[in-house]
Amino acid sequence: MISKEKLESIANSKKQWEEKVLNPTLAKAPERKKAFTTISGTTVEKLYTPLDIANLDYDRDLGYPGSYPFTRGVQPTMYRGRLWTMRQYAGFGSAVETNKRFKYLLEQGQTGLSVAFDLPTQSGYDSDHPLAVGEVGKVGVAIDSIEDMKVLFDGIPLDKVTTSMTINAPATVLLAMYLAIAEEQGVTFDKVGGTVQNDILKEYTVRGQYIFPPGPSMRLTVDLIEYCFKHVPKWNSISISGYHIREAGSTAVQEVAFTLADGIAYVQACLDRGLAVDKFAPRLSFFFNAFTNVFEEVAKFRAARRCWAKIMKERFGAKDPRSMMLRYHVQTGGVTLTAQQPLNNIVRVALQAFAAGAGGCQSLHTNSYDEALCLPTEQAVTVALRTQQIIAEESGAADTIDPFAGSYYIEALTNKIEEEVEKYLKKIDEMGGTLAAIEQGFIQKEIQESAYRFQKEIESGERVYVGVNKYVMDEPPPTNLLKVDMEVGRREAEKVKALRASRDQKKWKDALEKLREVSLSSENVMPAVIEAVKAKATVGEICDVWREVFGEYRPEAFI
Amino acid sequence: MNQERKIKVIMAKPGLDGHDRGAKLLARVLAEAGMEVVYTGLRQTPEMIVETALQEDADVVGLSSLSGVHNYFFPRVVELLREKGLDDVLVIGGGIIPPDDIPFLKQSGVAEIFGPGTPTYEIVEYIKTHCRKR
Repeated sequence: MISKEKLESIANSKKQWEEKVLNPTLAKAPERKKAFTTISGTTVEKLYTPLDIANLDYDRDLGYPGSYPFTRGVQPTMYRGRLWTMRQYAGFGSAVETNKRFKYLLEQGQTGLSVAFDLPTQSGYDSDHPLAVGEVGKVGVAIDSIEDMKVLFDGIPLDKVTTSMTINAPATVLLAMYLAIAEEQGVTFDKVGGTVQNDILKEYTVRGQYIFPPGPSMRLTVDLIEYCFKHVPKWNSISISGYHIREAGSTAVQEVAFTLADGIAYVQACLDRGLAVDKFAPRLSFFFNAFTNVFEEVAKFRAARRCWAKIMKERFGAKDPRSMMLRYHVQTGGVTLTAQQPLNNIVRVALQAFAAGAGGCQSLHTNSYDEALCLPTEQAVTVALRTQQIIAEESGAADTIDPFAGSYYIEALTNKIEEEVEKYLKKIDEMGGTLAAIEQGFIQKEIQESAYRFQKEIESGERVYVGVNKYVMDEPPPTNLLKVDMEVGRREAEKVKALRASRDQKKWKDALEKLREVSLSSENVMPAVIEAVKAKATVGEICDVWREVFGEYRPEAFI
Repeated sequence: MNQERKIKVIMAKPGLDGHDRGAKLLARVLAEAGMEVVYTGLRQTPEMIVETALQEDADVVGLSSLSGVHNYFFPRVVELLREKGLDDVLVIGGGIIPPDDIPFLKQSGVAEIFGPGTPTYEIVEYIKTHCRKR
């Protein structure tokens, strides 16, 4: 903390500067805008000085990397030891095609895999389900059974590569398949590393890939967390995701607040199950977005780490420092990319990735410049991966820890974001917790309001969006976009029908019967799910058992 | 005085796509522009969308898709509308739609496609100009 005398002296000199230097300039030449704000609408002051962080206490508020409250990062050496994991989200068409893209990305220096599943898989439908028509293999790979999973990871050693899977409502099923094929490769569960998203709460607010009502969904989420800490110790059993909250239109503050609120709900659910906090909390992980305002993003990541550390220590009484560490993956902002002048997106992604690196992420996906038009082409995904590599190896962002610390602006913004997040968390507590806030539509409405405000700012020209509302030009239609063959749906449907005819019917039937029994009890479902996938039960069949046992979620739309 | 009937719009999300930021935003903008808007919510089949359009006596159906399934869903909605005799319902679409697909969609009876970055007032104007008058 700076001494009172010094602060007074700075206040005086600042006042003098304003009167003698600044005001005459302003009188001659006014500023470009009446008010300057971050993308999220937070006011940005003309100048930040020690006065803006007068109460900052280094030891209390920042500390050291790898130490509470982890503001400066969760590892003692951060990227000086090892760079963040470069993990491009990929998946389209069939398992064969996606397996090729995975191998291509690994050859290009990607260090972890990240699976995009198609919407039928994410919604618990097989490729031949009527609701899957047209959707198979479109925004991700189609996985119906363990046979597809085997093809997806063919020739990829699961003890060497870690895999992140964006799967939520049927997360237990896809993880079960992954574990089963690892076992076939001879890799024991304790050697398997990776992450499943397994974050159902944000599906109800912003992402829409729910299947079951919140109660049973939370049970499946906790079953997976419990199973992993007992049997798959290197697995991140949940990735609590703010990414989609931001994509849906939230501010940076709301992104952190609603994500941590979801995190609080999961921790509470695990405690209610009787799990000890320091057993499961070290394997909780997070997922955030990064927009183009580098400073706001860096501050956001720092604030999020500090908030979570305090929540775990003060609210949940965690003792193990690993329980207090907010470890997270970042994806650059999909919604920030423009269909207009798509090459400009390379620059946006670079800034966003720089913010992720300077902010201290553990892994990163950089979006491809053509994503406002189609799924990424190989050229675009290569540029996106190279962008991370250039930032990691050339920019210096990875050479010292938390490089922006001590900047008056960054520290003030970090404090401000933390304060605002705490206000939201208090409000959600007062409403009766996260689930209550979701049921009342509070979180949804807050996000929609921000999305609306942002849109109006763009349309009024108040906020510049290069190529969209300023520096617009006529351009020829883009070429060489990626197309997914419509035939993939028919082929996958035939394949799953053939699988159903050829499997050991008794083994399959018994496994599903066992799953039903366990699902009706309060036992952990994971062992039964693993047996079911080994008996070649499909994603759709397993989810159908649960649709009968748990029912289906029918949402109310909040507008 | 003649009370002019409000333009009635169904905003719909066909298929399993959960990205409805644009649909919800536009629903609000159109309502503020004086239209009556019904948002279907997620996971609508073409049959469900057309049923809603029929029940609500819609003038406009707005389809949103970001999952690459527009070439299947959008023409199907138009086809079903026509089957039900709703020939004069204006069908428009938006989302992540490659420019290459637009001629096909227009041939199938989708009146206009509004891609990312379209100012919402352009959509309001388009609807006001092109929707059936009665």
